[in-house]
Amino acid sequence: MTVASPNSGPKVGLFVTCLVDLMRPSIGFAAIKLLEDAGCQIEVPESQTCCGQPAYNSGDRQNAKDIARLVVDAFEDYDYVVAPSGSCAGMIKEHYPKLFADDLEMTPRVYNLAQKTHELTSFLIDVMNTQDLTAKLEQKITYHDSCAGLRELGVKAQPRQLLAQVEGAELQEYEGAETCCGFGGTFCVKYSDISDHMVKQSVESLAETDAELVLGGDLGCLMNIQGKLSRLQDEGKETNLKATLKVRHVAEVLAGMIDTPPIGEADG
Amino acid sequence: MVEATTTQFKSNVKKALVDKQLQKALAGIKTGFVHNRKIASERLEEFEDLRDRARDIKTHTIQHLDAYLEIYQQNVEASGGHVHWARDETEAREIILAICQSVDAKTVTKGKSMIGEEIAINDYLEENGLEPIETDLGEYIIQLRGEAPSHIIAPASHVSKEQVADAFRETHKNLPAERSLEEPDELLAEARAMLRDKFINADVGITGANFLIAETGSSVIVTNEGNGDLTQTLPGVHIALASIEKVVPTLEDTTTLLRVLARSATGQEMSSYTTFSTGPRRAADLDGPAEYHVVILDNGRTDLLAGDFSEMLRCIRCGACLNHCPVYNSIGGHAYGWVYPGPMGAVLTPGLMGLDEAADLPQASTLCGKCEEVCPVRIPLPSLLRRWRDQVYVRDLGDWQTKWALKWWAVFAKRPALYHFFAGPKMQFLGWWARKKGHLKYIPSLKGWTRNRNFPAPQGKTFQQLWKEKRK
Repeated sequence: MTVASPNSGPKVGLFVTCLVDLMRPSIGFAAIKLLEDAGCQIEVPESQTCCGQPAYNSGDRQNAKDIARLVVDAFEDYDYVVAPSGSCAGMIKEHYPKLFADDLEMTPRVYNLAQKTHELTSFLIDVMNTQDLTAKLEQKITYHDSCAGLRELGVKAQPRQLLAQVEGAELQEYEGAETCCGFGGTFCVKYSDISDHMVKQSVESLAETDAELVLGGDLGCLMNIQGKLSRLQDEGKETNLKATLKVRHVAEVLAGMIDTPPIGEADG
Repeated sequence: MVEATTTQFKSNVKKALVDKQLQKALAGIKTGFVHNRKIASERLEEFEDLRDRARDIKTHTIQHLDAYLEIYQQNVEASGGHVHWARDETEAREIILAICQSVDAKTVTKGKSMIGEEIAINDYLEENGLEPIETDLGEYIIQLRGEAPSHIIAPASHVSKEQVADAFRETHKNLPAERSLEEPDELLAEARAMLRDKFINADVGITGANFLIAETGSSVIVTNEGNGDLTQTLPGVHIALASIEKVVPTLEDTTTLLRVLARSATGQEMSSYTTFSTGPRRAADLDGPAEYHVVILDNGRTDLLAGDFSEMLRCIRCGACLNHCPVYNSIGGHAYGWVYPGPMGAVLTPGLMGLDEAADLPQASTLCGKCEEVCPVRIPLPSLLRRWRDQVYVRDLGDWQTKWALKWWAVFAKRPALYHFFAGPKMQFLGWWARKKGHLKYIPSLKGWTRNRNFPAPQGKTFQQLWKEKRK
């Protein structure tokens, strides 16, 4: 464990999430920049892997508990725990207490952790009261509300309040913003065709706006949406789908770190 | 009889997704019911409070179900009616047949009843020489087509008006070939003309019940067509068919539930007809049946009551969870393979049929939580789906590929050092492999993903690798 910033703000443990760790580290670094700019001291425990949600949602409670214990051990001493994902933060906040409901030793520990765990954008607004981001982006954007963030944690206004601070960014809401994109963790692989039908609807709804960039707070959903957009563009099937529609995690835009290619795109 | 196909969920889904007529019909549900519920719920300031009260009423009743059912029975009997208890579908069918035979019934009109579907009463009556006639337009249409309902409040929502016209031409013997059946009004007029005689000549009328009121011994139905009223008042015998969890303590409680029911279902403030039936016709009544029977079905519900799924018994069958479910809206009701589709069906069906018969249903959800968000009695449907998944896992009823993939994943997820040791090189390889386009079109181990979508490439090194390098 290494301290990233010398200032004296709250000590925040960054829960990177497995998807960000494996697929898109730039989101993690964007989150760190945002948190440091807000005055937090960031640490990234090395003993973290995953929140255990795949096991939990698949009925494998023993593995879910084992993984959750690692998370509790690694993070319970921080002032706050922040994740760039509503889904993983929701797992810790909403589901760890249920998972350990019959465990007297773990119950106080998971409640303690749950109380101080936050999704990134809601932490920046609700706890750190972030007011003046310096990022700029001359683009029409739209926002996809991921289900767990929206319905388990009530994350809706916060990313929009932050995006309103980004100079030049013009937010256009799309109708399917609150409708599940069909990712659903293992669902998208197990029930690929239902998932495909759902993501097609999301993408069709996205195409009805003038947005050039889709943002969201959960990488799984964004990969699903981008993967479908990209496949449809390959197939040349959707004439109304602007080939220019790009997908990014909201943290990258808020931190002004958009020098990496958007999700699913190559360099240059 | 429409056979249950819950074990063939995956092939049902395949068919449903390419059924163009079905897909068109499903798009209509999304724009109609969902939109109307939104308006109706926003217009009523106390709607969210009412949902809390509705939940509390149902929770309280279910916790004291035995007491309220006994009070209900006493009050039905005090008003001259009869209560019959049926442990399972066989008992329920036999009770109903015996009542019909006791009055030498030939034809039976039926109002909409999900319990009727659950016990397949129409088939049983037909096998025993009676003619059951569905009088709810949607139910009538699917009866002609030999289908099961695809939605708990809009049973024929999967059928187009052209298909309705075809069904009428095939089955209505005296229908002149030149008669136009193109407009909904014309179809309605034709159905109404056919049903009018049936209503008048029926010997027995069977309805469902949205609520059974313990305080008064009444059964309550809500309809938009008025067919339920004709079904229960014109024949000499009225049989109300309900399950044990339909009982509600008082009339006051019933009105609270009615206020959330129609708003959640169709977005109406109230359904067009809300009818309370208490006992048979009294001396001063202008109409009503000479006999009033209530058949109350258990069929596995007592087991739910005692276990992890008792909250499901709060359900008032409004259909909001179906209408708002992106999975239901993709595959329709028939794919679920039995009487109850959508999120409520995915929880209830394994409870009533046994998990072995319906293990796929609780898995086929993204747990997006929209169902819980709109449920008028706040049933935590995603949590209940997870509880079934726990049992699917423990009893090894799921597919082995997912199970082993997850076990393998957990081996690493539980060992951070091992995890980071392997994750770095693997992601670097994938990133390198996909470097030209930024995504992959095919990954052997992720066929489920790449069949329909490209897989966005990882950036290369993992966050943990980069973070370590940066801190050096």
